[in-house]
Amino acid sequence: MKIFLKSREAILSLAILALLVLIASRFPAFVEPGNLARVFTDTSPLILLALGQTVVILTRCIDLSVAANLALTGMVCAMLNAAYPGVPVAVILVLALAMGAVMGMINGLMVWKLNIPPIVVTLGTMTIYRGIIFVISGGAWVNAHEMSHAFTGFPRAELLGLPVLAWIAIFVTGLFFLGIARTPLGRAFYAVGGNPHAAVYTGIDVGKTQFMAFTLSGMLAGLTGYLWVARYSVAYVDIAGGFELEVVAACVIGGISIAGGAGTILGTLLGALFLGIVKNALPVVDISPFWQLAISGTAIIVAVAFNSRSARSKGRIILKRAEGHA
Amino acid sequence: MTETASHGQAPRHIRDRLQGPGARLLKSWELLLFAVAVAIFVANSFASPYFLNAWNLSDATFNFTEKAMIAFAMALLIISGEIDLSVASIIALCSTAMGAAVQYGAGTPEIVLIGLATGLACGAFNAVLVTKMGLPSIVVTIGTMSLFRGISYIVLGDGAYRGYPAEFAYFGQGYVFWVISFEFVLFALLAVLYYVLLHRTNFGRMVYAIGNNATAASFSGIRVARVKFILFLLTGLMSGVAAICLTSRLGSTRPSIAFGWELEVVTMVVLGGVSILGGSGSIPGVVIAAFVMGLVTFGLGLLNVPGIVMSIFIGLLLIGVIALPRLWAMWRR
Repeated sequence: MKIFLKSREAILSLAILALLVLIASRFPAFVEPGNLARVFTDTSPLILLALGQTVVILTRCIDLSVAANLALTGMVCAMLNAAYPGVPVAVILVLALAMGAVMGMINGLMVWKLNIPPIVVTLGTMTIYRGIIFVISGGAWVNAHEMSHAFTGFPRAELLGLPVLAWIAIFVTGLFFLGIARTPLGRAFYAVGGNPHAAVYTGIDVGKTQFMAFTLSGMLAGLTGYLWVARYSVAYVDIAGGFELEVVAACVIGGISIAGGAGTILGTLLGALFLGIVKNALPVVDISPFWQLAISGTAIIVAVAFNSRSARSKGRIILKRAEGHA
Repeated sequence: MTETASHGQAPRHIRDRLQGPGARLLKSWELLLFAVAVAIFVANSFASPYFLNAWNLSDATFNFTEKAMIAFAMALLIISGEIDLSVASIIALCSTAMGAAVQYGAGTPEIVLIGLATGLACGAFNAVLVTKMGLPSIVVTIGTMSLFRGISYIVLGDGAYRGYPAEFAYFGQGYVFWVISFEFVLFALLAVLYYVLLHRTNFGRMVYAIGNNATAASFSGIRVARVKFILFLLTGLMSGVAAICLTSRLGSTRPSIAFGWELEVVTMVVLGGVSILGGSGSIPGVVIAAFVMGLVTFGLGLLNVPGIVMSIFIGLLLIGVIALPRLWAMWRR
């Protein structure tokens, strides 16, 4: 219990609770269930991408190309829908997942087979993917009236009071929660990040595990690409510009160590929710949205300072316990 | 083949000097890059009749001079094993500070001083977080990247600062002699300065030592934290210098100024042969890489290729220059 109270997740939960109480003290309407559901839905794309980013960071990599991947997949889906409105949503979903996965695999292959540092690979593919959107679209927008109702309606369709978009975020979070704890691949992510050499000796292929992490991250970015474009009913070159930093911020705030091997899915979820609440609360409490960038920057710095401290004290706790048992 | 995982963990191969200086030069990254630059130059002169024109070429230098100034300091920082992704945001904050000073009636010397001081302050902020608190530079500077530009957005919103004094325009628009711009002269001077600093001083050797093995460097009496602190300060200062040139050239400040430049600066450094893992690289490499990037963007611009498509080429260049030698080595094995 004591350990849980000291954990990142508990502190972050308390911070989110305090934030909500603070907002509610002046604007009670913000914490009404209906509005909280809206905030959650609005944060869903961030949650989805942050989950993918989490496994990438766990394996000591970073994926800066997720926002460009999202935008490119979204544009392809939108253009496909504009040209062939008859294509069912199920096909588009599969296409989005596959396209995103392929882009993730390209990143992963270069990290795995060519041993290029992930930050260089994804910086490069980020500009390339973003550039390809311009090439295929000619810089033109795909607007709401060009999209079919089935296409734009899917993420917004209500199911038991929540839109499909929110359900997808919940479902994927659950999947990651179980997958990372209960599957060999999930454990391999931690092993590779925690100690790559030890991982090799236990029979884990480090490069391949990193490749899998990038594939997962790309797949989720692709899926979110369709959902994003359909939800906002517009696709253009610059959608989700700079979103990759918000995604990394959510992970860092959630306690995912950039050095790899440490962090939890719950932490990522809370980190994303924290950013989502701040973003949605700013206009409500009448602070200019221009403050958002500086606030998330400060949150990243505070969180990373916090991460390094908690990592240090953690080591001490383990030692004390070992001494106690001896 | 699982050995691929051991980034930088394996004992570093210490190159012996059995080859003569000529043989080493022929195999060097700088020469390869220089050949690429010449090839692009020749291709450009064939592709567009407007390329071989002194004034056009002089205009082309503006594509890279400001970014290269930051790239020099960034090269040292990356060689030492750290990185600064906040440089473009430092430009935004410096420019905002200078613009604000203008509104209070500051003259050119004060504006320049404020620009440099803001750059130094931002560099110091990064330096404290990384060296005093021991935080990873990549996350810290992703945070300060949002923070610094965020402050510009808070100050300016969707507005802009204008009304810079006439003599302030010299830094970005002035010419020293015929087609040789002030910025180009500054770029050349800084190149020499950084060459001497990295390749001819004790400080430069310390930077390499830290990048190769920070623990060993610290045991051989190098004050690792202090050297890194200075490198972050330098990067901040250079961003301030670039901010002065860019603001002077544009004549206005918006919070979105120099957006995305951090990537181009890092690309320039990596293209110049600096290892992103630290420990190796050279200033001449970065200088040639600056020319390569400037020539590519200028040549494509003459061919009416839009900016975002150029970014595809920059991305391909970044990955290509690292991937091709590795693919080549794999193929030869």
